[in-house]
Amino acid sequence: MTRVLGWLAVVALLAGLAVGFGVAPREVTQGNVQRIMYVHVPSVLVAYLAFAVVFVASVAYLARRAEAADRIAHASAEVGVLFTGITIATGSIWGKPTWGTWWTWDARLTSVAILFVMYLGYLLLRGMVEDRERGARYAAVLGIVAALNVPLVHFSVVWWRTLHQPPSLLKPGTPTIASAILAALLVNVLAHALLYAYFLAKRVRILRREQEASA
Amino acid sequence: MTYARRAWAVVWKDLLVERRSKETLNALFFFSLLLLFVFQFTLGPDRERLAAVLPGLLWLGFILSGLLGLGRTFLVERENDCWEGLLLAPGDKSAIYVGKLAGNLLLMLVVEAVLVAMFVVFFNVDVGGVWPGLALVIVLGTIGFAAVGTLFAAMTAQVRARELLFPVLLLPVQVPILLATVKATEAVLLGEPLAAVADWLKLLVAADLIYVVVGVLTFEFVLEG
Repeated sequence: MTRVLGWLAVVALLAGLAVGFGVAPREVTQGNVQRIMYVHVPSVLVAYLAFAVVFVASVAYLARRAEAADRIAHASAEVGVLFTGITIATGSIWGKPTWGTWWTWDARLTSVAILFVMYLGYLLLRGMVEDRERGARYAAVLGIVAALNVPLVHFSVVWWRTLHQPPSLLKPGTPTIASAILAALLVNVLAHALLYAYFLAKRVRILRREQEASA
Repeated sequence: MTYARRAWAVVWKDLLVERRSKETLNALFFFSLLLLFVFQFTLGPDRERLAAVLPGLLWLGFILSGLLGLGRTFLVERENDCWEGLLLAPGDKSAIYVGKLAGNLLLMLVVEAVLVAMFVVFFNVDVGGVWPGLALVIVLGTIGFAAVGTLFAAMTAQVRARELLFPVLLLPVQVPILLATVKATEAVLLGEPLAAVADWLKLLVAADLIYVVVGVLTFEFVLEG
């Protein structure tokens, strides 16, 4: 099952590369640099998905005390932090030629950076609590607080400042984006989601084996 | 005992301990004074430059003294092996959270009042006409800060590197509160009406509500053992 997921992710990523470079047109003002969007945007969407999974799994753990839910929360947070890191890295590479700077305290950059440190703290807490059951409970509470904090972070930094191009995909009305580019983007979103599912399944299994070995 | 009385018992116990030992408050007052020295020495004597960053400095002072004060919330119980006492307390465990939160709120507001007074004296801040607005912003910000701080203090109390982990967990979560309070404080100190910062105040109220409710609902899972 996991292996199938892995191969599906590989195929989808290859297809994503193919449409990203082959089918999607060269963007008029930004040129080829814009193609990094096919990694940047899917990464951030998947990161948000991962943290939503952490939230749901955390609530489930506190309600049911199922160790499986705890493992899913743990694994999803790790993969989410990875994709947030990819988002920040690709964003920097994109920002340098288009905005002329690697980093700026723009609203959306700031909120992703805060997300990154919030969940790094989550992983740090996981690593520092020795007792496994206690660690799972604490992490679940933090997972809930962090997820509920996301909208507050979003509004506060948007009011604080903004420079990022406004969203062209997730907004009311029809997307302001050429259909070929949109198609390439959607293929890549699917590919990244599959990659996330594969990483998650793999990590959950490793965590289970670790716990079995130490039990 | 009713819920409120159980919460009050926690507040009363902590106040009594503090009155007899005078550990936390005295040290925090002294720490706040030292912070002013540090701000002055690192930013230089230029009054205009200080005035420009004043709201940020004020909240930096609150946050730093708050981190020290809040981090100690459950130290009395831990050091004196009274953790089981909290566990054995009858009824809803969230009453303990409410009590601890009320105590922390009291502690922080006292320290903050002293800090503001020291800012008035040392940095020549004029709070004459704006103090009601300033007080509102400070109280709203402190509720959110203390609500998460109390919850995280319980979480880190039993962890090895707690004095390190506590700020590392708390600071990223506090970003919305920090942005809102600094912006609102800036506007209030410039003499703008509260209506000008209504958005920030609403955000603070929403954050306070969310944090307190989450704290009340999840505290029993943290306390468990």
